[in-house]
Amino acid sequence: MQEPAITPELIASHGLKPDEYQRILDIIGREPSFTELGIFSAMWNEHCSYKSSKKWLRTLPTTGPQVICGPGENAGVVDIGDNQAVVFKMESHNHPSYIEPYQGAATGVGGILRDVFTMGARPVAAMNSLSFGEISHPKTRQLVHGVVEGIGGYGNCFGVPTVGGEVRFDPAYNRNCLVNAFAAGLADADRIFYSAASGVGMPVVYLGAKTGRDGVGGATMASAEFDDSIEEKRPTVQVGDPFTEKRLMEATLELMATGAVISIQDMGAAGLTCSAVEMGDKGGLGIRLQLDDVPQREAGMSAYEMMLSESQERMLMVLRPEKEAEARAVFYKWDLDFAIVGETIAEDRFLILHGNDVKADLPLATLAGSAPEYDRPWRATAPAEPLGDVPQVDPVDGLRALISSPNYAAKQWVYEQYDTMVMADTVRAPGLGAGLIRVHGSDKLLAFTSDVTPRYVRANPEEGGKQAVAEAFRNLCAVGARPLAATDNLNFGNPEKPEIMGQFVGAIKGIGAACAALDMPIVSGNVSLYNETDGAAILPTPTIGAVGLLDHAGQIIGTQVREGHEALVIGETRGHLGQSALLAEVFNRAEGDAPPVDLDAERRNGDFIRANRDLIRACTDLSDGGLALAAFELAEGSGIGVHLGAGDIETLFGEDQARYLVACNFDQAEALMSAAARAGVVIASVGRFGGDTVRLGQSEAPLGELSALYRASFAAAIA
Amino acid sequence: MHAAIIVFPGSNCDRDLAVAFESAGFRVSMVWHKDTGLPEDVDIVGVPGGFSFGDYLRCGAIAAQSPICRAVIAHASRGGYVLGVCNGFQVLTETGILPGALLRNARLKYICKTVGLRVETPDSAFTAGYGRGEVIDIPIAHHDGNYFADADTLAQLRAEDRIAFTYTDNPNGSTGDIAGILSANRRVLGMMPHPERAADAAHGGTEGAALFRALAGVLTPA
Repeated sequence: MQEPAITPELIASHGLKPDEYQRILDIIGREPSFTELGIFSAMWNEHCSYKSSKKWLRTLPTTGPQVICGPGENAGVVDIGDNQAVVFKMESHNHPSYIEPYQGAATGVGGILRDVFTMGARPVAAMNSLSFGEISHPKTRQLVHGVVEGIGGYGNCFGVPTVGGEVRFDPAYNRNCLVNAFAAGLADADRIFYSAASGVGMPVVYLGAKTGRDGVGGATMASAEFDDSIEEKRPTVQVGDPFTEKRLMEATLELMATGAVISIQDMGAAGLTCSAVEMGDKGGLGIRLQLDDVPQREAGMSAYEMMLSESQERMLMVLRPEKEAEARAVFYKWDLDFAIVGETIAEDRFLILHGNDVKADLPLATLAGSAPEYDRPWRATAPAEPLGDVPQVDPVDGLRALISSPNYAAKQWVYEQYDTMVMADTVRAPGLGAGLIRVHGSDKLLAFTSDVTPRYVRANPEEGGKQAVAEAFRNLCAVGARPLAATDNLNFGNPEKPEIMGQFVGAIKGIGAACAALDMPIVSGNVSLYNETDGAAILPTPTIGAVGLLDHAGQIIGTQVREGHEALVIGETRGHLGQSALLAEVFNRAEGDAPPVDLDAERRNGDFIRANRDLIRACTDLSDGGLALAAFELAEGSGIGVHLGAGDIETLFGEDQARYLVACNFDQAEALMSAAARAGVVIASVGRFGGDTVRLGQSEAPLGELSALYRASFAAAIA
Repeated sequence: MHAAIIVFPGSNCDRDLAVAFESAGFRVSMVWHKDTGLPEDVDIVGVPGGFSFGDYLRCGAIAAQSPICRAVIAHASRGGYVLGVCNGFQVLTETGILPGALLRNARLKYICKTVGLRVETPDSAFTAGYGRGEVIDIPIAHHDGNYFADADTLAQLRAEDRIAFTYTDNPNGSTGDIAGILSANRRVLGMMPHPERAADAAHGGTEGAALFRALAGVLTPA
């Protein structure tokens, strides 16, 4: 095949800036081949290289006694005792999902599952955080249907329960939706698999599905803004095959048990290129690949296409040669491809051969380590204008406005399309607060939550970043879990704009401060930039996925309230309405500052909830929609009414942080009050559960009417 | 008591079903789809939920052609017990062991939630632990659970009291609200809902456990 000449246009179409191309010339001292240009573009795009974000990511706390492996591998690994570890990560598939919602979302789930089982862990829980444009935008409903079906289609077939997530709508996502997928798995703490190759002359083995032309250039696509040519990018989206992924997982875990695996890496973004370079680089070795041996789905594929294909459900492994027969048998059992495609070499070379031709010959360590790193100029977000007057509204009308909005209505239309119970260890399915699963075969449980409030982050990136972590921490504490660690999925606009970079920097500072104060290190993560179309950026959306541990089921704090339960709020209520859900949904105003986050209070109040779990019958954290929405959700979930004394919107709908709503009987409430006084925790009695109405101050409505509205509104808007 | 659970490459409820059988006192063997025979002393075969071969074709159609299914058909025709759950029910209809077919849900979406089932007959080893007309809560999780049978088959199922469970609030468009049916000799049960997902206090419901206990009661050697 005649390869195209290297022209400035070709370079630009690979997403490489002129100075970046000059860097390539400096490194190799000659003009790159077409394949080499593709390889550099794959390694140096934003998605793979983190060139705009690296400087700031380094500032995040990533260590702690519980951390077995922090960022840098396929997923983070955290100790949960008894030689067991939870392995987790969250990753975006935003650009592909907007272009082709079903496959984009499906392969997002596939990618994150692969990250987890590549480390030797069987996936046991999934979540997803979804952000869409306003309902009235012509594309939104189609995206919601496609994305939800894609997530379900992949996860359900693979066989992992979806135990939590978020769905939000805002005009800022009209032309860039966000699909952030989280997965967690369980592994033996002393049997974690890493990507670093070792040993010279070891076979490099290709596992899984065959390589096709799908996804060529996908990572580069995901590193650029969108414009009107977006439809032309559909062929860069990969197609998922969850049945193959399921077999790949089973075969990989079986293979790992044989002791045949020296190192292993999944083929995700930039497929064969990234995985091979990473294994070689981390092991201080070179890699030689003979592309003729790569299992191919179609005839006549070029070296360029094979090196950049993002065909799904593939892995690369360095094999103990004496175990080859055993390893081959495992893959044949599962009817998957197993092919030796190269070997590790002592020289620092990334050598790609196709037929008798050398298609690429690059210094591997330099290729891996020399990606540009930018200290992009940034401008701090200006302090928010103070919030003007907010008129009082009838509190029940305010509640109606929230629960009839797709943002706060019940989301069963979404999560009933996900298998939430496969593996038969789900203890709390999606609906209210953190999801819970049993650690199979033990008494322990794991809690999962995913949180961010993008309105806050836009108004005040630093407080908004803190808030995302704090809310995740609260959701874990509210179910009785000990927060362990977190993963971050940082979705922002174009980092070349100082104001966007300022949002990013602020959010990172806030996340870092909160993770340090709440002892929830970031152990894995993903950055998605360039979420812009024609210059309009999304809301800054740093999604936090967090994991907590319970020693046994006796530690679970439930959500079922009973007739006559007292309602108490832990934490201080000041009535902060800036950037609140009420302001947005009732008045269509996004004004004021984000609520400030007092990390000491978060820590104190969260510890208090867990220390006093025996006095608490039901608990939920207070977040969007404040006390009124939280009380309604607890009451509605139990089919029991609630009466709150306050009638002012500040108390009912204010979004002050570090707060929980708890329900308990009268004696427990007394004891809780005393305990709070001793611990220096603010506590207030706010009302009582019971009856069959929701009464907020003097305003009242039947629970049944509100419940019907809450349950029907999402489907009415979307279906 | 010995239960054999068939494992297709895309089965994903095989372990869940094994746990439920074990909890009821069964010894469990996992049997690979490429095997041609069942263990000799098997009392019951479990065909689990999942996506046996990806279900890209009709659900269960490829699984029905796998080597092990010849052994399952032989086991059933000898009067052996078989329980097919979800994808397992689809496989049993595709093999012809049970009549009818499972079509795409009427509203075309995958549905996972706990639903009410009415026990239509306690007259089987599977349903002996329930009362006629009793309503139990059992989760469903499927895209293709819309049971279809022609009028003659339906009339026959009814005449022979072979409808094991119906939905109290039909979620998927099934003919006659049918959620599970028995074979003519009442020793094969196919059902879309997952009793193994309501078999432990931690699941939030234990009404599926009675099915496995009832089986254990019948199959315990005298």
